[in-house]
Amino acid sequence: MLKSLFHTQLTLGFAQAGIASVLALAVVLLARRRNIHLESDAAIALLRGIVQIVAVGSILALLLKSPRWTSVFLLTGMILAAGSISARRAKNIPGARKVSTYSIAAGAGLVTAIMTWAGVIDTAITSLIPVGSMIIANAMNTNGLALNRFRSEVLAHAGEIETALALGAAPEHTVASYAESSIHASLIPAIDNLRSLGIVWIPGLMTGMLLSGADPLYAAIYQFVVIAMILASSGLTSLLSTLMIRNHAFSPAEQLVLKSSG
Amino acid sequence: MSIAQQTATGAVVLRTEHLGRRVGDVSVVTDISLDVYHGEMLGIVGVSGSGKSSLLRLLNRLDEPTSGTVFLDGQDYRQFSPRELRRRVGMVTQRPFLFPGKVAGNIRFGPSQRGEVVADEDIARLLERVGLPGFTAREVTNLSGGEQQRVSLARALANRPEILLLDEPTSALDEQAKMGVEQLICSLVKDTSLTCVMVTHDRDQARRMCDRIALLEAGRLIQYGKPAEVLDA
Repeated sequence: MLKSLFHTQLTLGFAQAGIASVLALAVVLLARRRNIHLESDAAIALLRGIVQIVAVGSILALLLKSPRWTSVFLLTGMILAAGSISARRAKNIPGARKVSTYSIAAGAGLVTAIMTWAGVIDTAITSLIPVGSMIIANAMNTNGLALNRFRSEVLAHAGEIETALALGAAPEHTVASYAESSIHASLIPAIDNLRSLGIVWIPGLMTGMLLSGADPLYAAIYQFVVIAMILASSGLTSLLSTLMIRNHAFSPAEQLVLKSSG
Repeated sequence: MSIAQQTATGAVVLRTEHLGRRVGDVSVVTDISLDVYHGEMLGIVGVSGSGKSSLLRLLNRLDEPTSGTVFLDGQDYRQFSPRELRRRVGMVTQRPFLFPGKVAGNIRFGPSQRGEVVADEDIARLLERVGLPGFTAREVTNLSGGEQQRVSLARALANRPEILLLDEPTSALDEQAKMGVEQLICSLVKDTSLTCVMVTHDRDQARRMCDRIALLEAGRLIQYGKPAEVLDA
């Protein structure tokens, strides 16, 4: 129906966004009848959402006309932002931002570089940026989960860690089991995503490929490729960040500096 | 049993000079200078929050002094690696924090950090020494509070420390277990000439066990001498 009324993609898009927003607001009004007031939150979120995503779309539209190598700068900017965001999960651990940035850069950067070199990810900006951003975003989440879990484990077991230090143990040995459990816990979402792929959910990339007319079987296989890349980059990021952060929990004189009072 | 009457006449093995530690704006330990003699039991006494445990943690460098230093056998303790220092200056805490698994695994922990293997006979001997014969293969989760603290003591002794720091070692125990561990520590000090520094808030315990007492208040050393001189003053 809308396609017959709107003849350009842009006006069609805004019309579709308008209908989706009306539907969302209708649910808000329905909730209001049950005395659940979401009006202002929902209105602000919808407005903010459309402004942000249109801004990103505009930047991408500009980048599409840029040379391919500009995507490297955009991906680097994303890695820096991801490092800063996920470091917030490691409150009180000195050097968490640096560790997060290096780990995400190594994990997401290496996997993206290898897959681009192998031809799995196309070097076109329209391919490299969306797939690269997915890999970086997932590496960021995994890094945040790993650091947060490590921090909680160390805080909960400070007595055991200091007892081991007092017996002459090396700092890295005293937190080895907590680092291992942090890596394991941080990778649960990535493993579950792979395990439930196609059964519980059909991810966005595959949906997008289907909507743009790609062969469904190829879209499905490529989605698996992306989720597997995410697992590889997340695993590498988690491994590196946990390895690096454990040294930041101690002073050069092998004293535990990550404490609840700190 | 009491060793309080023994007179400390050995050489100084541990000396603190103007030792202090600030945490933010708060001075938790301020300008403490004292000597610990070979084979003596020095008690650090004070009310809760007086800086007793903070001082003890500076002696094996679990925390870093912000002023002054500690001398071990006449050498500034910063000259030793933290691991070597902590092998020589052992510690037993209020809660034993035993590692999951068997008693023997806990005893082996310290020496294994240096690649040393403790023979089964040595573990059995150590456990017998702390009043737990035949406990080698016991799971630590099946031990009582008193037994856990004895294992903690044996674990610290397995490192063959020259000085043992005891942080309220009996305060988490019931009266019967407390008296047992207290007697055990006294006999260890007496029989092996082990040098001990013990933190306690219990003045009666300090009187029973210690050769000399350092009385702390708000992080400062306010009295230092024989139990009767300090506690009856």
